[in-house]
Amino acid sequence: MKRIYLDHAATTSVDPVVVEAMLNHFTKKFGNASSIHQFGQEAKVALENSREIIAKKINADSKEIVFTSGGTESNNLALKGVAFANRNKGKHIITSRIEHECILNSCKWLEKQGFEVTRLPVDQYGFVRLEDLEKAIRKDTILVSVIHANNEVGTIEPIEKIGKICKEHDVHFHTDACQSFTKVPLDVKKRNLDLVTINSHKIYGPMGVGALYIKEGVKIETWQHGGGHEKDIRSGTENVPGIVGFAKAVEIAKEHDIQRMAKLRDVLIKGVLEEIPNTKLNGHPTMRLCNNANFSFKYIEGESLVLRLDARGIACSTGSACSSHTLGPSHVLLSIGLTPEDAHSSLRITVGKGNTEEEMEYTINTLREEIKNLRKISPFGD
Amino acid sequence: MYTEEVMKQFMHPKNMGEIKNADGIGKAGNFICGDIMWIFIKVEKNKKEEVILKDIKFKTLGCAAAIATSSMITELAKGETLEGALKITKQDVANALGGLPPIKIHCSVLAADALSEAVYDYLSKNDLPISRELVKTHERIGKELETTEKKA
Ligand code: FES
Repeated sequence: MKRIYLDHAATTSVDPVVVEAMLNHFTKKFGNASSIHQFGQEAKVALENSREIIAKKINADSKEIVFTSGGTESNNLALKGVAFANRNKGKHIITSRIEHECILNSCKWLEKQGFEVTRLPVDQYGFVRLEDLEKAIRKDTILVSVIHANNEVGTIEPIEKIGKICKEHDVHFHTDACQSFTKVPLDVKKRNLDLVTINSHKIYGPMGVGALYIKEGVKIETWQHGGGHEKDIRSGTENVPGIVGFAKAVEIAKEHDIQRMAKLRDVLIKGVLEEIPNTKLNGHPTMRLCNNANFSFKYIEGESLVLRLDARGIACSTGSACSSHTLGPSHVLLSIGLTPEDAHSSLRITVGKGNTEEEMEYTINTLREEIKNLRKISPFGD
Repeated sequence: MYTEEVMKQFMHPKNMGEIKNADGIGKAGNFICGDIMWIFIKVEKNKKEEVILKDIKFKTLGCAAAIATSSMITELAKGETLEGALKITKQDVANALGGLPPIKIHCSVLAADALSEAVYDYLSKNDLPISRELVKTHERIGKELETTEKKA
């Protein structure tokens, strides 16, 4: 059976070009970047070249990039690091209700440490409203953290405007750009960004590598104490092969891939909405990630659909209840106003640069059949 | 995450559908996950004059475990006496499926609940005696279903 991978928001495969670039750093140039011998220095050069490439992609300076183990660590570092380093200025943090769990849980933890958190609601598409942000900013606000593009529904937030407001109020602005990095242009200067989280495994790089952009001058407390790596902000021997792979993935990310993904996404959305009754697209119709489609199919449940698609070779995911860790419906879908029932029936399809139109056709047809099957089983469906 | 048996019952559920003019209909819902299960029964008397479940069918809106447990409980209950059917526990269903992930155990509760509700419905419609225990179960399930439907 042919297998079709449509869960690129979870992770991508590693591009063979990336693997090729990494190989040397496992077996030949394998030194520790902190060592002063030649092996170490080779690794150091590779590390700094990579930093340069990544910095350039977001119009930052290479010394403003700190490597981490991925998005979760970067987000933790950004929130906790800025909060504790700026305690003398204030204790108020603003975020949105549709952030990734690592932001929401970091905020919860910060509340336990005495910080106060405002979680901004979003509209039906998932957009943070600027007037809500304006209203929420207080004298003691030290940080605003709003996701660049939502991981479930793909909505791209107005971060340029958010950045402007933050600047006017002299508040640090952080964005989690894990889903959008290389897909939506990100210029940290133009967008008034102080901190940006990015990672590698969503862009055809290896897992376990990420970075945090920290604008020069932003005060940040370290969370990982050790030998003083990464300018003492994040100690721990750098994952050089991973970082080299990350940089290579950035280098090979091309505009035509984005256009290709957007085209596939549109074929899929159009086909599904036209051919499957009682279906709705979640998120904004156009201001969405080039690879994201999120649907609710009435009268069925997401996990059941994901498993039936999997049995037919299609891998995608659900923001639904019954997926492994929790049973409650996705906080993002509820925040954009979906009923728990519609949230339970959601399916997220995220295409990648290697998918084809033929695969989209197969997916639409399979979806139609399996949804029909599940609706036959459902008390409300037929 | 699921056993082979769960996947088998989920992919090819047995006894799926409705029974027209059912003698009893049971409905149960889980207010945490929002899933809903309906069970239909048709009864007849056997040679020993005991009432048995001649036919049983289900309709379920839920996860794979919910669909698999629905299918399995109909298999276990078919041909059973009413007492026998009421004795089928969530553990029996889970065991017959080769186990369920801990977080999905409540799906098997749903199946046992819907079945006991179907029996309750049959007994009450026919003015037959209902045990105290069954009345209690009925009250609990009713409350849960109400919350689920309100949420949905
Ligand atoms: S019945 Fe809700 S998770 Fe299975």
